[in-house]
Amino acid sequence: MNGSIPFALCGAVLVGIGLYGVMAHDHLLRRLIAFNVTGSGVFLLFGSLSALSSGGATGAVPQALIITGIVVAVASTAFVLALVVRLKEEDVDAPAPGAFEGSSEHDDHAP
Amino acid sequence: MAPAFSALTLFDVVLCVLIIGVALCSSSVRDLFAATVLLIIYGVFVAIAWVRLGAVDVALAEAAIGAGLTGVLLIGAVARLKITESPAAAVSRWQFAAKVIPASLGLLIASGLAYLVLTVEWRETLQAPVLANLPDTGVLNPVTAVLLNYRAYDTLLETSVLFAALIASWCTTHDDLWGERAGLRQHTRRAGILATFGRFLPPIGLIVGIHIFWAGADKWGGAFQAGTIFAAVWILAIMAGVIDAPNATGRSIRSFAVAGPMFFTFVALTGVLAQSFLIIPVMVAKPLTLAIEACLTLSIAATLMLLVLGAPRRSA
Amino acid sequence: MLLDLAAPDFPWIALSVAIPLFAALIAALSSALAPVVAMIAALLCLGAALWTAVLVTTHGAQEVAVGAWPPPLGIVLRADGLAVAMLITAGLVSIAAFAFARQAFSARTQTPETRSAYSFWPLGLCVLAGVNAAFVSNDLFNLYVALELTTIAAAALVAMSGSRAAFEAAIRYLMFALLGSLFYLLGVVLTYSTHGVLDIRLLAISAESGPSTIAAAALMSAGLMTKMALFPLHAWLPPAHSAAPAPASALLSALVVKPPFVILLRIWFEAMPELVTPTLAQAFGALGACGVLLGSILAMRQERLKLVVAYSTVAQLGYLVLVFPLAGGGGAQQPWAAGAWTGAIFLTLSHALAKGAMFLAAGAFVEARGNDRLDSLVGLAREMPISCFAFGLAAVSLMGLPPSGGFTGKYLLLTSSFASGQWWWGIVLVVGGLLSAVYLFGPLSLMFAREPALAVTPVSRARQSIALLLGLLSILLGLFSEAPYRLLQVDRPGAAAEGFT
Repeated sequence: MNGSIPFALCGAVLVGIGLYGVMAHDHLLRRLIAFNVTGSGVFLLFGSLSALSSGGATGAVPQALIITGIVVAVASTAFVLALVVRLKEEDVDAPAPGAFEGSSEHDDHAP
Repeated sequence: MAPAFSALTLFDVVLCVLIIGVALCSSSVRDLFAATVLLIIYGVFVAIAWVRLGAVDVALAEAAIGAGLTGVLLIGAVARLKITESPAAAVSRWQFAAKVIPASLGLLIASGLAYLVLTVEWRETLQAPVLANLPDTGVLNPVTAVLLNYRAYDTLLETSVLFAALIASWCTTHDDLWGERAGLRQHTRRAGILATFGRFLPPIGLIVGIHIFWAGADKWGGAFQAGTIFAAVWILAIMAGVIDAPNATGRSIRSFAVAGPMFFTFVALTGVLAQSFLIIPVMVAKPLTLAIEACLTLSIAATLMLLVLGAPRRSA
Repeated sequence: MLLDLAAPDFPWIALSVAIPLFAALIAALSSALAPVVAMIAALLCLGAALWTAVLVTTHGAQEVAVGAWPPPLGIVLRADGLAVAMLITAGLVSIAAFAFARQAFSARTQTPETRSAYSFWPLGLCVLAGVNAAFVSNDLFNLYVALELTTIAAAALVAMSGSRAAFEAAIRYLMFALLGSLFYLLGVVLTYSTHGVLDIRLLAISAESGPSTIAAAALMSAGLMTKMALFPLHAWLPPAHSAAPAPASALLSALVVKPPFVILLRIWFEAMPELVTPTLAQAFGALGACGVLLGSILAMRQERLKLVVAYSTVAQLGYLVLVFPLAGGGGAQQPWAAGAWTGAIFLTLSHALAKGAMFLAAGAFVEARGNDRLDSLVGLAREMPISCFAFGLAAVSLMGLPPSGGFTGKYLLLTSSFASGQWWWGIVLVVGGLLSAVYLFGPLSLMFAREPALAVTPVSRARQSIALLLGLLSILLGLFSEAPYRLLQVDRPGAAAEGFT
């Protein structure tokens, strides 16, 4: 058995856990945490499949793509957090009924 | 040989179980702050997994960006939202369905992927050409060669993504606060522990960052990892009151954030002289790559620092 | 070394990405220069795209290997007929949007600098760079980064107005878009791990369809369908597109939803053509048909003009995927495939121009009346004939009436649906056209009502005629369809014989 198979399976499980969280949670921060778990699961799967096929370490191209992916993910996370914080401030200034959890009513349609 | 191998395999399996366990805890714990801390621990474990997969560059990126930076961003948001628990949801039949569908989809995708992992013949063919062309790239680290030479165009767009995210989060500023300093005003006691940390840690961080930047060309590390460390140093210095937080309208901070991508785009444009795009000529490959990396590191540090501080806010 | 601009291998397509990127960075440095820089960049993009069109029609598809590294190691930018047509459209729409935005987001009229006047320009230019990058890139992972650049800038434009509704719409949009990105990325990972390449053309050579290839194609498609708001993943679009300021809405509805569709075409027609089974193609078509019907019905029920126009985007995007049953699968070798493929792209182009016109006209109405409620449009034709005429022209194209570009596209799809014996898609096209006539007739009849208009804040004729220009272009696309038709045939995928014209 190749040494990187456990990591590949681990990546697959993380993708499942993360996708569940992104779709099932109603709080935006929790969905964002799940989003990051999914992302690192995808990357772990990627890196270990590369290691699996070469029989050694993860290849340079997958490594570079994963680093790019990590940076893109943190950029998106930062922006979503800025929006969430601002939305909360909006409610502090002028509280609306059911305000902060307001977006959860749409989540029933989430894919 | 054999017992050592199996011990390492055992270590790997335990590590994977730990990673999955922490991910599950982070996903199920009610307390938001705890969930965030668990995500950081999760990131550290994943970074160890990357070391085991022989991907030290990714391990550094995961630890610095995936665990550290994402964690700091989330903790900051949790603190600002001033709610630590997701409200207890009334359990209705509809909400039960809203959990069952994602659960079955997650299970389906996870098991499908696991099936593919075990049955498909996977292929990695690019490692040989990456190494064969390495002398033309001016760097010894193959990952840096991919990031700044073979697929430098990805990196150009990626730095643009960071830039877009910075402008995007500035866009969430209250109109009347535009031009104020980023984040909340910091009030640090002069003799406080933070102030002491703020004086001692930045020089150490700077040295570590410079080392990782410099090592990136030959061994591991690089612009993104080093930039993250510099950003951390910068934030620490601001929190300790050593320097002031910048504001989005300041010309110098804008120049810092823009310099890297701008120099990179400029280099890319000079490629049209050779009827191509983003050419790193072999003769100047080493100095040019280092120059691009230096500018990118500076801009990444400034951008990440600004993203962590966030838009200007009214003090509560 | 001399700069040989006339050489057929000059990397014009790389410029259509680099110029807006560079301009975005300059705009972020100086908000005083930003509007001018943005306009120059958009004009240069259009110029480069038009010249590439000339090169492509005379010399065939253009390629640039970035960094002179050929694939699979490097990334190739490629301009075929489809890519160039999209580049030209992006240039035209962004010129119009930037010209319209000058007044509202000018730093000169607003001192000290304001948040929106500063951030609109870098974000708008990032959108232009992102969509252009996605149109020309031939590398699946590079396309992921281009899509993310577009998404982040676009979501910020949604939040631009700073209202509570805008923030909610932006968050909702991002949640869908980021989930879509994850699915797409997972598909890319499986593709690379299976075939060892990311280049679409190389994939076409090496693709043998094992289970991992099928899973990869399914995951990428699911992600792209989320990002192009295809039914049933459309719920994010109407609030997002209607919450943005008018010139941003024009960019969003005309351009931002198009790259995912173009990538879908490239995956299913160029990279993995043998994967399209007839059942799958029919399933795609069914989703499209549902989108057409649901989008149209919801558009009829809206009371705000921008929401009507946004729901109409959901409907119009549904037509585009009819290309899968009509030109894909076993039909790829059939004589009608070329017509269906070209028709779908004609619809893409004319939708972009018409939607740009509609949102800019709606922006003029909002400035004139202070809101976009349908009942405040009453009698506006007398006060703002230019904007109302622009809206009317765009409506003609969306309904698919001759001689518009929308008509050419629908006609091509209609003939191929009957030629292929798939008459049910023809019915969808006809019914969709009738429904669009119904939901557009509402606002039009109010505008041209005889009753006197309510109080109106004047909007300059010059700014109103920007929308008119886009509306006219969407009509001209049908009147002079010869040249674009020929352009789109350059490197059209599949071995389809010349179809029905």
